[in-house]
Amino acid sequence: MSSLTKVMVSPHIHSGKSTSGIMLDVIISLLPATIAGTFIFGLRSLLIVLVCVLSSVLFEALFNYIIKKDQTISDLSAAVTGLLLALNLSVNVPLWQCVIGSLFAIVIVKCIFGGIGKNLVNPAMTARVFMVIAFSSIAVPAFPIDSVATATPLSAEIMPSLLDLFIGNRGGAIGETCTVALLIGGIYLIVRKVISFHIPVAFIGMVFIFSFFYKGFNMVDALSLTMSGGLFIGAFFMATDYTTSPSTPLGKVIFGLGAGLITCLIRYYGIYPEGVSFAILFMNILTPYISSWTRRKVFTAGGNK
Amino acid sequence: MGSYLRGIHTPHRKGTKKNPTIRMEIPQTVAIPMSMHIGKPAVPIVKAGDLVKVGTKIAEADGYISSDIYSSVSGKVIKLTDYLLYNGSTTTAVVIESDGEMTPDNTIAPPVVNSQKDLIDAVKASGIVGLGGAGFPTYVKLNVEPEKIDYIIINGAECEPYVTSDTVSMLTRTEDMIIALNAFNRYLGVKNVIIGIEKNNKTAAKSMKKMASSIIDFSVKVQILPDIYPQGGEKVLVYHTTGRKITGRKLPIDVGCVVLNCTTVAAIGAYLRTGMPLVEKCVTVEGGAVKNPQNVITPIGTSIKDLFDCCGGLTEQPAKIVYGGPMMGISVPNTDFSIIKNTNAILALTNKEAKLPKTTACIRCGACLNTCPFSLAPVSIAEAYEKKNLSLLTELSVLSCMECGCCSFVCPANRPLVQLNKLAKQFVNEEAKKEAQNQ
Repeated sequence: MSSLTKVMVSPHIHSGKSTSGIMLDVIISLLPATIAGTFIFGLRSLLIVLVCVLSSVLFEALFNYIIKKDQTISDLSAAVTGLLLALNLSVNVPLWQCVIGSLFAIVIVKCIFGGIGKNLVNPAMTARVFMVIAFSSIAVPAFPIDSVATATPLSAEIMPSLLDLFIGNRGGAIGETCTVALLIGGIYLIVRKVISFHIPVAFIGMVFIFSFFYKGFNMVDALSLTMSGGLFIGAFFMATDYTTSPSTPLGKVIFGLGAGLITCLIRYYGIYPEGVSFAILFMNILTPYISSWTRRKVFTAGGNK
Repeated sequence: MGSYLRGIHTPHRKGTKKNPTIRMEIPQTVAIPMSMHIGKPAVPIVKAGDLVKVGTKIAEADGYISSDIYSSVSGKVIKLTDYLLYNGSTTTAVVIESDGEMTPDNTIAPPVVNSQKDLIDAVKASGIVGLGGAGFPTYVKLNVEPEKIDYIIINGAECEPYVTSDTVSMLTRTEDMIIALNAFNRYLGVKNVIIGIEKNNKTAAKSMKKMASSIIDFSVKVQILPDIYPQGGEKVLVYHTTGRKITGRKLPIDVGCVVLNCTTVAAIGAYLRTGMPLVEKCVTVEGGAVKNPQNVITPIGTSIKDLFDCCGGLTEQPAKIVYGGPMMGISVPNTDFSIIKNTNAILALTNKEAKLPKTTACIRCGACLNTCPFSLAPVSIAEAYEKKNLSLLTELSVLSCMECGCCSFVCPANRPLVQLNKLAKQFVNEEAKKEAQNQ
């Protein structure tokens, strides 16, 4: 043996898990919803996805370049943010607004707070909220291209059928309407252990139970309301964002229940027809507190120190 | 009893289990360090030029927590020299040139044991220390009021990847283990022995069950445990076998348990049978760069280089040479280091095996939190350490960390979590020392 070998602190092996692997799983899990959205709302959906993803990645690359930080776009998190943002937009949104939305998500919400893992709130979600307030165009949802449904369920007089809600034949954002596609993606993430079931189950469960009581114990209405708006995409893909949600099971349940409750309060008693985005945003801000309240008891704690 | 503690599934890579164990050819020289145990280094009692035989005492224990050291070959002491230990500390080593005979010392005879004190003295005289890796002098563990011992727990959970030397003990040294257990029963009044083995180690479990069924005077139970790392961690093992929690700075004996590694138990039995002290060690030689991976019985003090040569040498330049398993083992820069009492494996890892991903930013995925067996918050500890926040570190119970490395293993950003936690422990201990001095 000629040269010296590396001396490092243990462990000397690694699981092989990586940030980019996790992000790739999230992208894969969003493909069913992307494809469904394209079928429901037309090819322009894909264009919006493309513009949002590309501009998100580009803005992150540019930001890193300008502040002379190591390039981070290969972790794919910017691509995930772009994809999630696109799926939360109406198919009619002007492309320049997509670019502004991506800029807001990546630069304002994520990068200037320190990049991945440092943002206080979910970038895609916050950009959507920003766009709802700034541009009225996305607040008015688009309708399926070949559908008789004429209104987004939450602001409509007549609800679409449960089947239409399940397959996504209703008004709304590109990726939020097809419940079954979102379920497939969500289950994929749970099976791959990228997310745990706690937040989506608590979140969706809370909305369902609240709606059930609100609608006078009407099961069909409660189910309809649960599958309406952006609840499924929010519960599975936005609320489960690592950085902005608690890490322990108990924390996640509290987060999910809180988000569900706020969603219903906004939906049924507020001025906006939909409250998922605001609910998640609000719970994002509470996350550090929930995390410290729900810190696990250390196994070896206690006894004589 | 509650549920099992968390942990990780590592790759096993325990191929050497199936290969025969060989006995190493007699090395030309051995360098025996004086610090092969926790506690004070032993004091050499030989000088250059002295003739020694196998089992001749060459160093005396210094104080209560220390251990005697014996020559592992017959031959001549060449020198006493400064020696760099694999863990980076320095000590003295006795270098002995072998005469190639391996003549045993004439004073070697089985110890006469008729009481608890005799047994403790015998174990003390055997030079046996915790052979699983910790190196704590074994007689100290046994030197307690016998009534305090509810259980002797034998650690057969060899949870580190690659390492199979304990499995070899469980397969081939059952007779010595029986001798030791009978002595524990007779002189320490031990009524309950639990042998903890991971469920994927079926051959070892079979061998241990056969041994347990041959003992009728007292209870010996084989307990099959989940095959997660770090199953062999002392606190984990005690909890999983007895449901008892070792909190704070308590020791296993505070909850009525004495934990002994299975190889340690076999070594005690061997000493009681023959009177030959601990002078050799079975070591797993593994890793992608080793030509013939296998378990090798080798005199203590043999250099890693000789050990590799006896396994057909290295097929390529290894990226890392590791003492022990890859999760908690210590890497060394070359092959000049000696096999010591508590060495259970030497790994020559290739670039591919030892490749670690680039460290990137924490994404707050919680993998470390949801993996830590003790429910610590490794990433919070790391951040608190970087800010040198002493009170937060204390609040996060940093001293409870057993440094198993699960957090670093699972981290998708490959943050140096356990590494920072180790530094944090050191920092907290140093600050406590400073405070004690100021008072």
